[in-house]
Amino acid sequence: MVVREKFQDELNELQTMLLELGDFADNALSKSLEALETKNIELALEIMEDDTKADLLYEEINDFAILLIAKQAPVAIDLRRIIVAIKIATDIERIADFAVNVAKSTIRIGNEEHVKPIENIKKMYQITSEMLEISLKAFGEEDVIMAKKVEDMDDEVDSLYGKTIRDLLEVNHQKPEYTSQITQLLFTCRYLERTADHVTNIAESVFYLVKGRHYDLNG
Amino acid sequence: MAVITDFSKNQVGLKNQGKEGFENMTAKNLVFDTKDLNLWYGDDHALKNINLDIYENEVTAIIGPSGCGKSTFIKTLNRMVELIPVVRISGDILYRERNILDKSFKVEDLRTHVGMVFQKPNPFPKSIYDNIAYGPRIHGIKNKKILDEIVEKSLRGAAIWDEVKDRLNENAYGLSGGQQQRLCLARCLAIEPDVILMDEPTSALDPISTLKIEELVQELKKEYSIIIVTHNMQQAARISDKTAFFLNGEVVEYTDTNKIFSTPSDKRTEDYITGRFG
Repeated sequence: MVVREKFQDELNELQTMLLELGDFADNALSKSLEALETKNIELALEIMEDDTKADLLYEEINDFAILLIAKQAPVAIDLRRIIVAIKIATDIERIADFAVNVAKSTIRIGNEEHVKPIENIKKMYQITSEMLEISLKAFGEEDVIMAKKVEDMDDEVDSLYGKTIRDLLEVNHQKPEYTSQITQLLFTCRYLERTADHVTNIAESVFYLVKGRHYDLNG
Repeated sequence: MAVITDFSKNQVGLKNQGKEGFENMTAKNLVFDTKDLNLWYGDDHALKNINLDIYENEVTAIIGPSGCGKSTFIKTLNRMVELIPVVRISGDILYRERNILDKSFKVEDLRTHVGMVFQKPNPFPKSIYDNIAYGPRIHGIKNKKILDEIVEKSLRGAAIWDEVKDRLNENAYGLSGGQQQRLCLARCLAIEPDVILMDEPTSALDPISTLKIEELVQELKKEYSIIIVTHNMQQAARISDKTAFFLNGEVVEYTDTNKIFSTPSDKRTEDYITGRFG
């Protein structure tokens, strides 16, 4: 039984590492939006630099997961815990990359006045960030009811995305001199929309973890 | 009563369920069909209402902790369990639709159809050749040419021919443990059985010999139906088509092996296969 307890501890450790990566990505995303809103180039650069930490943690999670499979030959829920950890780590690592992308857009926009208030982008971020927190909590607690909540929120992000893109294209039509900035803002919208999709993947992974079947929350 | 409840659609081989559970298995015939099988060793109720359907050309694995009744169960299928004086059995065991517990069913007949390989290799203290020829001789085959053919075919079937063909007259005890076990399997094949029962056939073998037996099982299921008791869960997962999980003399869950090892329906099965008890 001691061996089993040690394995359980290792599974818990894997989960903790993943939640740590999740917190890191959430934080990076929050800082990237702050940098975009306040045109804080220094903060943007800091986000880019810090991303190495996420990459390292991502690799560490993968190596640890592979080691557990090799050592324990896990089955059923144990195997799903490890496979899901690998999948979720990939989603979170991608989210951290999106935060870097937003930081890069911030740097490209530089000190130029925003052609239009970025309220919708901020709203997209707020929903996405909340989705990320919910999905990570659902993963930690293996709670599908909680995970299901992100489904509607993702729809909301998608609809905001469509609306914001249309608005920005309209502005671009009126003020073509801002095309460069508008392009970066369009990119940012896209990054946030993709982030929400990756968060939805995490929620789907929670369903797979608990139920052992595949669910589509992004229909 | 056996706790055979809360089975999902994917489960197979269980009685009293809708047709949907049998979607993928309509083409296969039953070899064994136990109905409310109960067995007592004196006052000890060792098997409780076992209802299992076992299909031909499949490998059926029986898993469960020590003392759960898995060996007892397979020993009922060739009536070896009757050798123990205090045993009492109720219920039916249908082999190809005939009740083997019926007094009219001759145990010698049964054992020509249902062969068995045991945990520890148990060759006779005879030559390799005589080990294999023993069964056919008992069944009246005297012709040397026919016996030679049976010996070669059986040894080939058990993937040991190439290793022993030049020393068929040497004593079987000179073989390694893994070779002895394959010899016992060859001896079992010599009587051309329909079903092969295996009671932890690799638990005394090294990993390479184990792998050879596992490969053989995969090969043999094309012609035979195999029921294997194993403590090695990875082995059950690797080589069987269906798995029955026994606990305290009951069948907790019996379904496709893929399902048992990915999404078992019963918490007790999950706890056992993930090593939480047993």
